[in-house]
Amino acid sequence: MRALFTAALALLLAACAQPGPASRDTIVLLPEQNGRHTAVIVNSGGQQVTLDHPYAGARSGGPVQAYESSAADVQGIFGAALAAQPARPRSFQLYFIEGSDTFTDETRRTVEQIFGEIARRPAPEIAVVGHTDRVGSDQSNDALSLKRAEFVRGELIKRGLAPDGIQASGRGEREPIVPTADGVSEPRNRRVEIIVR
Amino acid sequence: MKLRLLRHTVIALGILAAGVVHAAEIGQIKIVKGQVSIERAGQTLAATPGLRLQAADVVKTGADGSVGITMTDNSLLSAGPKSVLSLDQYAFDTTTYQGKFDSTLKQGTLAVVSGKIAKQSPESMTVRTPATILGVRGTEFVVSADPPAGR
Repeated sequence: MRALFTAALALLLAACAQPGPASRDTIVLLPEQNGRHTAVIVNSGGQQVTLDHPYAGARSGGPVQAYESSAADVQGIFGAALAAQPARPRSFQLYFIEGSDTFTDETRRTVEQIFGEIARRPAPEIAVVGHTDRVGSDQSNDALSLKRAEFVRGELIKRGLAPDGIQASGRGEREPIVPTADGVSEPRNRRVEIIVR
Repeated sequence: MKLRLLRHTVIALGILAAGVVHAAEIGQIKIVKGQVSIERAGQTLAATPGLRLQAADVVKTGADGSVGITMTDNSLLSAGPKSVLSLDQYAFDTTTYQGKFDSTLKQGTLAVVSGKIAKQSPESMTVRTPATILGVRGTEFVVSADPPAGR
């Protein structure tokens, strides 16, 4: 039994050491900025490798082979692509008085920050996404969240932004900052998110 | 009465047309270095920051070129020199965040930061090369296809 195991291990090691057919593709998972657990699943030639830690790499084009990449390896192959990466979208939250589309005082300061962020970006776009708490029906919250988003879109246009660069949408109660039971009034969930990208 | 109906029809068509235009935009070119072009329905467009992308667009970079793209779901794609990136299929529901995003790197190098589509439904974003299919589980990664010889 033990001899069989040793033989199997030797075979496995030999298989790993053998150079595969000419590799055409390289795939490397990068570290996450926010530490989320993520993965890329690589399928090629009927085989599958899951990359699930930073700098886990795979070469494919024939059978997929896993390898350990590094920051230097990635920079060598992908430096130009990474240098052209657009700035991360930035998200701001504007809060509302319950059941209304009126701003709180704090939101007026946030609007100034949003304009600063827009000025820093090439070809800036703005997505205005309305959210509600869980008071009221799903349908009425979808409508209220869109109404809030459209109100904010209008305010941004009044302050000088080009209308065709701003999209408004409503997420209803699907994405609370603070999870609650249905029917609970929660001011932190009554908000409009502004994404600048 | 007839006139009124006609007017309503015209308004409805106008809304429909606006909706179509809105749906057609899937992302924008944000960064252009060197030679970058877009192939759309048999035509070649020069890529400039702010150019709006549509599904089935093919983005090409020259030997000195690189390009940075943002998608409407916040995905970021950027390609290095001698790259050919096809934005095969894209749909994004801004209420539910359900969608589908398939692209193919036919050659070259690509860096990806996935967005809300992959976060909402892990099976909904794939990146292909001619030889490989990548399933994206909410993440950042790089992929090259057919890299130049000598590496």
